[in-house]
Amino acid sequence: MSKITHHIPEEMLCAYAAGTLPQPFAVVIAAHVSLCDACRAAVETEAALGGALLSGMVPATVSEDAKERLFAALDSAPLPPPQQRGSGIFPAPVMEALNGQPPRWKMLGGGIRQQILSANAEGSLRLLYIPRGRAVPEHTHGGLELTLVLQGSFSDCEGWFGTGDVEVASDDVDHQPVAGDEGPCICLAATDAPLRFRAMIPRLLQPLFRI
Amino acid sequence: PAERSEQTQWLLAVRDQRDREAFGRLFDFFAPRLKAMLIRGGLRDGSAEDVVQDVMISVWNKASQFDPHRAEASAWIYRIARNRQIDLYRRKPLPEPELLQEPESSEPDAPQILAMEQEAAQLREALQKLRPEQIEALRHAYMDELPHSEISRITGLPLGTIKSRIRLGLDRLRRDLTDLRPQ
Ligand SMILES: [Zn+2]
Ligand SMILES: [Zn+2]
Repeated sequence: MSKITHHIPEEMLCAYAAGTLPQPFAVVIAAHVSLCDACRAAVETEAALGGALLSGMVPATVSEDAKERLFAALDSAPLPPPQQRGSGIFPAPVMEALNGQPPRWKMLGGGIRQQILSANAEGSLRLLYIPRGRAVPEHTHGGLELTLVLQGSFSDCEGWFGTGDVEVASDDVDHQPVAGDEGPCICLAATDAPLRFRAMIPRLLQPLFRI
Repeated sequence: PAERSEQTQWLLAVRDQRDREAFGRLFDFFAPRLKAMLIRGGLRDGSAEDVVQDVMISVWNKASQFDPHRAEASAWIYRIARNRQIDLYRRKPLPEPELLQEPESSEPDAPQILAMEQEAAQLREALQKLRPEQIEALRHAYMDELPHSEISRITGLPLGTIKSRIRLGLDRLRRDLTDLRPQ
């Protein structure tokens, strides 16, 4: 894998660890952390501080039979379901969002394909497949968009994004990602609001595709 | 000379030997602290104790995932408890990163584990040097089930102050740690 240069901003990593991000963003962050040693280390450093704070808590009184009940429950407690495994270019959190199945692409025209993984009031999460050298229609965001490259690369006005990189595009960004020459680019993209395309035809098609 | 923390040794005994006595010691140390954490996060006494039981059962069941090269016992247990706490108020479980698979043959790297333990000990030390209101702000961020905006509503402090306090606390921690760490 190429060296990752675009990471999750620190504040967003903290919000992820605190569980306060919308689900689509949390999935993208969990997927990036799965691929990125630097961000994994940052999350684990946060946990080290949490652990230090936990150790420093003034102990509360636990009821007398709590330990006995715990030991009685140990062998009968159901085992946690096995964690979803990653598969190919899709790390475990993406396979989880895919319910363990390979993607079922829908054609968007121009060779671009997508699969919507979730779309609701919290935002949307989708996989995008962009053939080499092709551009995603120019669009603006009603809110924030996180795009993680899972295969290949893309470039836009913000820079070049290789496999593992994540682009954080805020609502004022008006961009047109173009896939690199090395092959099709596959991305995981999350927004907290529907995208708005600039060209007339894509705007008309938007409700159909729920892009 | 620095040594592995007792807690980490107990957790390793649980991981490698399914040692129930060591697990009992982990319970004695962590259960009252986990309960205190959950109560300050907003749970009532009874439910806090139920969640402590859940967390300790997860510690037992997931012990094989504990890697002392990357976390101290308290950090690993904190993460389990924090995710459980988050699941209670989110509608969906928090998506977690893929587990790193340790190669089967990998031998424990004692210096690396020691360095981890030392950093954790220095972190605890650095924490003790913070002003009480800074520790309080950190506890809000790391233990309460509140987004930052809620913290400011409850304490009546403007959001900027809270954020800069968390920032200051972390910066100070980082600086202290950097000072202590040979470069
Ligand atoms: Zn990263
Ligand atoms: Zn975009």
